[in-house]
Order: sequence, then C-alpha cells, then structure tokens
Amino acid sequence: MIDFAVEVAGVTKRYRHFTLDQIDLELPTGCIMGFVGANGAGKSTTLRILIGLVHQDAGTVKVLGHPVPEQQAAAKLEIGFVSEDMRLYGAPTLAWHMNFVRSIYPRWDVAYAESLLRRFDLRAEQKIKGMSHGQRVKAALLLALARRPKLLVLDEPTTGLDPIARREVLGELMAVLADEERTVLFSSHNTLDVEQISDLITFIDRGRIVESSDKEAFLDRWRRLRLILPPQSKLPGLPGVVNVEGSGRLPVVTTDRFEPAMAAAYQQVGVAVQAVDAMTLEEIFVASVESRREGRTR
Amino acid sequence: MSSSFVISQSDGRPMYLQIMEQVREKIAVGEWKAGESIPSIRTLAVELQVSVITVKRAYLELERQGIIVTQHGKGSTVARDPDLGPRIYDQEFEEHLRQVVRIGNLLGLTEEEIAERLRATAMQLETEAS
Repeated sequence: MIDFAVEVAGVTKRYRHFTLDQIDLELPTGCIMGFVGANGAGKSTTLRILIGLVHQDAGTVKVLGHPVPEQQAAAKLEIGFVSEDMRLYGAPTLAWHMNFVRSIYPRWDVAYAESLLRRFDLRAEQKIKGMSHGQRVKAALLLALARRPKLLVLDEPTTGLDPIARREVLGELMAVLADEERTVLFSSHNTLDVEQISDLITFIDRGRIVESSDKEAFLDRWRRLRLILPPQSKLPGLPGVVNVEGSGRLPVVTTDRFEPAMAAAYQQVGVAVQAVDAMTLEEIFVASVESRREGRTR
Repeated sequence: MSSSFVISQSDGRPMYLQIMEQVREKIAVGEWKAGESIPSIRTLAVELQVSVITVKRAYLELERQGIIVTQHGKGSTVARDPDLGPRIYDQEFEEHLRQVVRIGNLLGLTEEEIAERLRATAMQLETEAS
C-alpha cells in the first residue's frame, strides 16, 4: 500500500491573469480531504493538474505512486474524476453510459452500480438531457464510483444539489471510505460539507495554499476570545492573535494558536476573559483568508 | 448492532463531544453492555457520515476516561467495569457541580450561598413534582 495517495510539491502554473503558486499537498491513503477556496482561488486548476488534464510549469505531482503527467495513463485507470462541467452525452441513456464506461474499465462493479442507481434514485433508461442538475451530478458520480477507483477526485460535488441529494452524495463518499485503501479529494465552497466529512482540510486562496492540516487539530487551534479590558488600559499584544474586533473595552480576539495558557495570560494582566468560543469552519476560513490577504499587502 | 446516533451540526458543540456524549449515554442506560464490542471507528464514521478522524478522537477520549477499551486490530469494546453506568452519571454530576460553582463565583456568591440556592432548588423541584 502506498502511504500517500497524492503528493504534490512546489507545483506552479502560470496563466496570464492567474498563477498557481508553489502548491504543496499530501493526502494519506484512506483519508478524505476537503479542498476549500473562494471562486477562482485555484481549486479546479489544482485538481486538473493531479489528473493530468492540465500540465504544471514546475514542481512534481505523484498520484497513487505514478508521476503525473509522465505516467498519467496508468494513474487515470485508478482515479475517478467528477467535475461540474463534465459533459455526459445528452441523447443516450444512463444505461448506455454505464455500458460505455464498463467497456473501458475492467474493474466496473455491476452490483454496486445497480445499488447506486437505487440509492441515488436514478433510472438507467432515462436520457441524460432529460435529467435535472442533481440527477446529472449523481449520474456522473455513479459512473465514477462503480469503477471502484482507488482515488476519487471531485470538483464541487455538492454544489447546486438539494438537501436530499446532498445527503445521498455525502453518504456515498463516506461509504467509499469504509475501505481503508480508498482516498477521496473533493473541492467545495460549502464549508459545512467539508467540516462534516473531511479528515484533512486545505484552504487555498489566490493561487496559494493558506493552510493544510488535520481537521480536529484545525478546529482546536482556532478560538474567539471575548474580553473585558479594565478602564484606561490597552489590549496587551499576545502571539497568535490573528484579528481584533469589537469595541474599546470589549475586544473580541481571534487566534489560530489557542491554548488555555492564553486565557490565563490575559487574566494575569487584568483582562477578564468572558468567553472562549469555538468557531465554525466557515468562520475560520474567512478569518484565515482575510488575515493572509492583509499580511500579503502589508 | 445498531447505533442510532444523532449528530447535529447546529448543536454548537464539536462533533466529537456529541459522539462521546451519546456513547456514554448508551453505556449508562445499558444499551451497550460492559465487555461488549462496539462499532469500529470507520463503521461508525460511515454510518454517521462524519469524518473518521472525528470518531477516532471521540474514541481516544473515551478510552482515556476508561469507558471503552480499544485493542489494535481487534476493535473497541465497552470497559469491563460493573459500575460503569453509575460512574458515567457520577462524572456528569461532578461536571455540572463544577459548572454551578464556577458560575456562582462569577456572580459573587459565597460557598454558603451556593449551597443554600441548591437546597432551595431541590425543595422547589419537590413541590413542583407533588
């Protein structure tokens, strides 16, 4: 077994108006990584480089042990890729597509495909052009899943899905993970989905990786402290403070390196700590990206 | 073994704490019995649609508290402790008491006043029940 399903080091890709800048990523086998970024942050470009659809200008990519783009054909046999703009043929039915994919990929699992049809509430005899957006996404996902790929790369798999379809899709992604040798990398700007199912989280902004770490550690490090300053005093500067909001005597401090000692340090200098709040992934994402952007323009 | 957990994203508490609480409840009420095996980390993660690392963290903490035992390659079981149910309730009771004292201190109440309020609450609950 390969330790890392995906290894990316120093990957750079220059376009006229956008540069993917020195991307490093490591995704251990058996894990699920959520790749979070605003529109245009570089998520899709990164995913496309992984599967050899776009070639990097510099840096190395290894997917399931295969260097990409050099051995992309071998890698692609083991990767299932689904993206929003993936076009299935409109006129043929889903059954036609299933047969087509099955003829290319020997590992196609007939029984699994049938059960996915039922669980996704799809009909094989339906033509793609008659499907709703949600049905098309689920159809594309079915075609990728039933191949039983070792690595699933999904670009915005839940965007535009209704709550029921979203739940079905997330459930199927988790089911893939029941097998310790399968790995999932999915991009999303829905932080709730990412927070729920990811083992690892990576933030990307303006072509650079902002943060990448294990989800639990990540959620533990970020806290918001609501403080009360004594009259006529200034907020002492502590390391790890990312942002200060709130009014004069009632500052709200955001930190990305929280530990209980921090609250104690404030109390020692007479600052009362009213509350230490955990933050949602969405709040962390916004705070992280904003502080990084400010740091870069400073 | 069905687990039937309910994890809420709007609960406000981290998901690993919610999982811990529900495992403790299942053990406390005897739904999961001492020495019995419980779902593996991956199985529970898939069922709850929650990441493996989150369930792993909940199990690690429960192990640290002596509530479950995890053996590498063999999965996890409820600890073989006949008093586990009462002990879980006791831990919870202790935690709530600590919370009461902390908030009491914040309000500037003395130890005696906190104890007095506790007696008053007990009496009030008694009258409400009758």
